[in-house]
Amino acid sequence: MLGINNIEEYLKAHENKDMLRFLTCGSVDDGKSTLIGRMLYDSKMIFDDQLSAAESESKKYGTTGEKIDMALLVDGLQSEREQGITIDVAYRFFATQNRKFIIADTPGHEQYTRNMVTGASTADVAIVLIDARKGILTQTKRHSFIVNLLGIEHVVVAINKMDLVDFSEDTYNKIKQSYDHLADQLGIKNRYYIPLSALDGDNVVDKSIKTPWYDGKPLLGLLDSMDISKEIKAENFRFPVQYVNRPNLDFRGFCGTISSGSVQVGDEITVLPSGKTTKVKSIINAGDTTEANRNTTTNYAYAPMAITITTEDEVDISRGDMIVHTKNLPKVSNSLKVMLVWMDEKPMNIGRTYDIKRATSVITGSFEHINYKIDVNSYERTQVDTLELNDISSCKMLLTRPIAADSYKENKETGSFIVVDRISNNTVGAGMIVGVTKRDEDKTLSNHREYTKAETALNQYIRDNFPEWDCKEV
Amino acid sequence: MITNARLTHLKQLEAESIHILREVAAEFRNPVMMYSVGKDSSVMLHLAMKAFAPAKPPFKFLHVDTLWKFHEMIEFRDQRAKDLGFDLVVHSNPEGVEMGISPFVHGSKVHTDIMKTQGLKQALDAGGYDAVIGGARRDEEKSRAKERIFSFRDKYHRWDPKNQRPELWNIYNTAIQKGESVRVFPISNWTELDVWQYIYLESIQIPSLYFAKERSVVEYEGTKIVVDDERMPEELKKTAKNEMVRFRTLGCYPLTGAIKSTATTLPEIIKEMLLSTSSEREGRLIDKDQEGAMELKKIEGYF
Repeated sequence: MLGINNIEEYLKAHENKDMLRFLTCGSVDDGKSTLIGRMLYDSKMIFDDQLSAAESESKKYGTTGEKIDMALLVDGLQSEREQGITIDVAYRFFATQNRKFIIADTPGHEQYTRNMVTGASTADVAIVLIDARKGILTQTKRHSFIVNLLGIEHVVVAINKMDLVDFSEDTYNKIKQSYDHLADQLGIKNRYYIPLSALDGDNVVDKSIKTPWYDGKPLLGLLDSMDISKEIKAENFRFPVQYVNRPNLDFRGFCGTISSGSVQVGDEITVLPSGKTTKVKSIINAGDTTEANRNTTTNYAYAPMAITITTEDEVDISRGDMIVHTKNLPKVSNSLKVMLVWMDEKPMNIGRTYDIKRATSVITGSFEHINYKIDVNSYERTQVDTLELNDISSCKMLLTRPIAADSYKENKETGSFIVVDRISNNTVGAGMIVGVTKRDEDKTLSNHREYTKAETALNQYIRDNFPEWDCKEV
Repeated sequence: MITNARLTHLKQLEAESIHILREVAAEFRNPVMMYSVGKDSSVMLHLAMKAFAPAKPPFKFLHVDTLWKFHEMIEFRDQRAKDLGFDLVVHSNPEGVEMGISPFVHGSKVHTDIMKTQGLKQALDAGGYDAVIGGARRDEEKSRAKERIFSFRDKYHRWDPKNQRPELWNIYNTAIQKGESVRVFPISNWTELDVWQYIYLESIQIPSLYFAKERSVVEYEGTKIVVDDERMPEELKKTAKNEMVRFRTLGCYPLTGAIKSTATTLPEIIKEMLLSTSSEREGRLIDKDQEGAMELKKIEGYF
């Protein structure tokens, strides 16, 4: 390991590490576990005792003959090991000089779409594994569809088992070409291609000498240097209130994690869905507080900090409310167009009441209409009346109370929700807000007064000609 | 204003953990945080103090005392509770006490089951807790890698690995029936290195057992254990010799292997950890009882 001789310097460098979460998608035989095992092993995250455990298990369950079965390093549960397949999402960790990585290792089996959606929900990057001998298969289409549905912006196409096609550039190019076509169809913008062999480690950590025609980085180098930063648009401040902290009569703080944007002391804020307004009086960044100083405040905070806000006025704010900048209000509605992934054995029934948890709010609601169901393999749309396990569909969702609604495309944190069955308490669905349904679009802030045409025109005139007045738009 | 500011990985992990702790406080009637005095517990306590600042954490801290912990752990625990003013509950299985359970006599399996697993269940039932916050990490052991952050337990505290609730984004399903509970793991996504770096960065207090010192040790079941009190069998104690050792994890002293070390500062510990070729749990005797041992213990209700 580099730079470890001067440990203080090493620690300093590592204090400023970034974090990247990625998802690996592949089918049972694509060598996914082998690839992960390889990355962990080569980045020294596998210890001797774990390796010797894998060695002894290789003899029992292994499928690689003489070599240590890397897959056994990562296949967790005993039942899975016996079956030789991964049946649930597992999270793994490793770090390089620049980044800490969290891998969501998800199964590729058809009936486990649910798990892949779960793993994809927190990922910045997806690695789609393709067996070089087989090229693009139905599952590649399925994985790419889900990756795109869940809003992952970076896709690494790992063309694996290159050793079995003699590291043929031609094969690589053909697969690249057909994947480009698929990605265009789906609208996946950032894609990266790597020819590799997970089994032998070619182009995983180090560049392989067997692919002289490949001028890109090995997988680890790519993950380590990829730019995944998003622009933090200060005007899109979204703060779902998580917890009201009121230890005594003198302090009343609203705790939560900033979903997007940033906030400063003095900012004018609106509480949704009530529409009440006030100003930010103080901000505590929980991360800044220490044992000695539990009252540290800051003037400025941004996503994804966990903060506590106090307000100038005593307004009624509770868990589930959303605090936003007054000058930038999202739509507020109880009728939403959503993409819904059904995750339960028990089918979804139209009109049935479920609990919808979005950010910190739990509101009862139902699905009024299924616009269409989409086949993840063929991308074909069909009309259905009910949703089965692993079905993905476009629906109209009706809530019993309005919420501030961002589309998932604009804001993953405030545009996503889970569906909880009110009897079994299971998480039965996951959804992404597409938009407010047209018919209800105008039902914004319920306590807003109606403006006459003349008033709206006057407002427009003032805003156009006297911008220094900071006049609000009505 | 448009910026590209990103939090460092430790600050991201910290924020995520604080989010989880607040979610527990907001959604559950009677949560409790497990406090086992080790480094992970120290980090958890630190995070809990931050999450609710300037107030104190709105839940109790539970220590299941097997009565075989290092004596220093108990002193450290009581001092921290006094200094920070958190609400500490200590429980030891009275049946186990009556039976005089000893790891030296009854073995690690029986001791752990009665004093730890059964003791924990008793304490949880007695407290009527609906959410139990623990410091387990996904990098610790293979079966932990698949555990949810909010992990459902039935009324017998059992974990069903094949029937876990999907967990998406940072939206946690906290719905349960009366009698059921949820185990919550706020530092799931931290690694051992993250924990140490955070302790270093935030100057978090930890028991001095983590630092190398000349200690009286004996060889026991393939590892070195420290002579912590007079309950160690005489014939074992006779073999004791002084060595520079420290601990990578803390638990019951007869079941916690010491490692040879000269690391007396945090940077030295981290350096040693980075160069180490064996995993943290290797020193723990309880995981080696059988293959898939941890998975079985978890199904039965062990943390």
